[in-house]
Amino acid sequence: MKKKQEFDIEKIRKDFPVLKNTAYLDSGATSLTPKPVVEAIKEYYLNYNANVHRAIHKLGEKATLEYEEARRKIADFINAEPEEIIFTKSTTESLNLLAYSLTRDFGRKVILSELEHHSNLVPWQQLGKASYAKTQNGRVNTEHLKELLRNSDAKIVSVTQMSNVTGGINDLKEISRITHNKNALLVVDGAQGVPHLGINVKDDDVDFLAFSGHKMLGPTGVGVLYGKKELLARISPFLYGGDMISEVSFKDSKWNDIPWKFEAGTPPIASAIGLGKAIDYINNIGIKRIRRHIDALKDYALEQMKKIEGIKIYSNGDSGIISFNIKGVHPHDVSTIMSRCNVAIRTGHLCAMPFIKSVLKESSVCRISIYLYNTKEDIDKAVAAIKKVKEVFK
Amino acid sequence: MSEDTNPDWVGEDEIYKENILDHYKHPRNFGEIKNSFCQEESNPLCGDEVKLYVKVENGKVIDAKFVGKGCAISMAATSMLTEKIKGMAFAELEKLGKDDILEMIGVPLGVVRMKCGLLSWRALKKIIEKMGE
Repeated sequence: MKKKQEFDIEKIRKDFPVLKNTAYLDSGATSLTPKPVVEAIKEYYLNYNANVHRAIHKLGEKATLEYEEARRKIADFINAEPEEIIFTKSTTESLNLLAYSLTRDFGRKVILSELEHHSNLVPWQQLGKASYAKTQNGRVNTEHLKELLRNSDAKIVSVTQMSNVTGGINDLKEISRITHNKNALLVVDGAQGVPHLGINVKDDDVDFLAFSGHKMLGPTGVGVLYGKKELLARISPFLYGGDMISEVSFKDSKWNDIPWKFEAGTPPIASAIGLGKAIDYINNIGIKRIRRHIDALKDYALEQMKKIEGIKIYSNGDSGIISFNIKGVHPHDVSTIMSRCNVAIRTGHLCAMPFIKSVLKESSVCRISIYLYNTKEDIDKAVAAIKKVKEVFK
Repeated sequence: MSEDTNPDWVGEDEIYKENILDHYKHPRNFGEIKNSFCQEESNPLCGDEVKLYVKVENGKVIDAKFVGKGCAISMAATSMLTEKIKGMAFAELEKLGKDDILEMIGVPLGVVRMKCGLLSWRALKKIIEKMGE
């Protein structure tokens, strides 16, 4: 195995020019894109721009090879097979695909958790009949999940790997055991978890996994859906059109093999190739090291933030996602002032309105999210900016 | 980070002027008016909520109040608006445009915070429609 490069933070930061002026602490919304990823996208557009799986010419061949190579890299990253990786436009599209196909094939009842992001809540709520496992200390309450599974014949469970509000990391091994004991399928929303923790879909025995490119150093416009191949072969396609067919007549059509059965239309070729490059970038550093770096900064941030009077922290300390509020100041005012101190954070309902309103009893919160390119100085700037907020509103 | 290293904190660019913070911390005309025109308006993205009450007699605003919660900009703008429209003739009220409101707020808002600043004005527009009916 190739020796991993040192965790050279200064070298890493040079790949993200935005960091020159900003303490970027909003990677939970979208991560920054390093130069090699931008270069890979540029390379496709300038030097081998062609459609995939159609063109016979050399450019088309190169584009197809690179696109499929990206699929292989993603498969390796999560310990899956290439044919188990479907490119979509986002986590949201991956979850919509599943909501359409699984509720059609496995019944409408689905068990979610209160923690879910709108993308793992609204599709199921609209297409199926959802019930919600309660939370405990920012994670899914597995006892309540068991109870729901006991009292229902739901065949689908869909939960997040890591909450985008509390930062809580769910025990996927335990959740998949509970779910499979009741012969239900486990869908995991890995939008936050995969970029921070990675995942091993075989170890965790996950049936389906959705995540996005743009939260893990990749470009926007590409998402991933993983599914166990025997399940992907069984379930109905979601989008119909070109490339997803093997044969079409005026009367009926036959579907292409997996994964292409689920990739109708021209896919986000450049973005998929960019995501492949982002995975290289992460692998060069090592996902375990990335997690250790984030954890160390998280501990420092929590220590500093807890000293601030009037701050309320909603995170359980599992990860680099730290949600908070400042007494008497609306989150948008917090964000505006912090932005003026060149600190970028997220505020609002974080696309988890039911959890924020019903469980946290807030209308909105502020959120700091830490990623591999952040430093102690970024945290210091954030803490100073929070103090500035308090000064303005004193 | 101190003010010296951050030039944005000084000068005309500052949006948290004393006036805004004063209206936020001590909202004028906070409360409800019975038997008046009333309109709720919210900004789901921020969680700003405002309920505006306007009482008109003989073609003139004789009272205006509000209740609500939200960011400093939305609350201060609403507080200012109630002060501004009290005593106004209905005809003047109808003419009140976006630019008048921005002038009243008196600080540069930018695209993102514009929604907050104009929240209560949107409620007022709906009240004017109801009055016209």
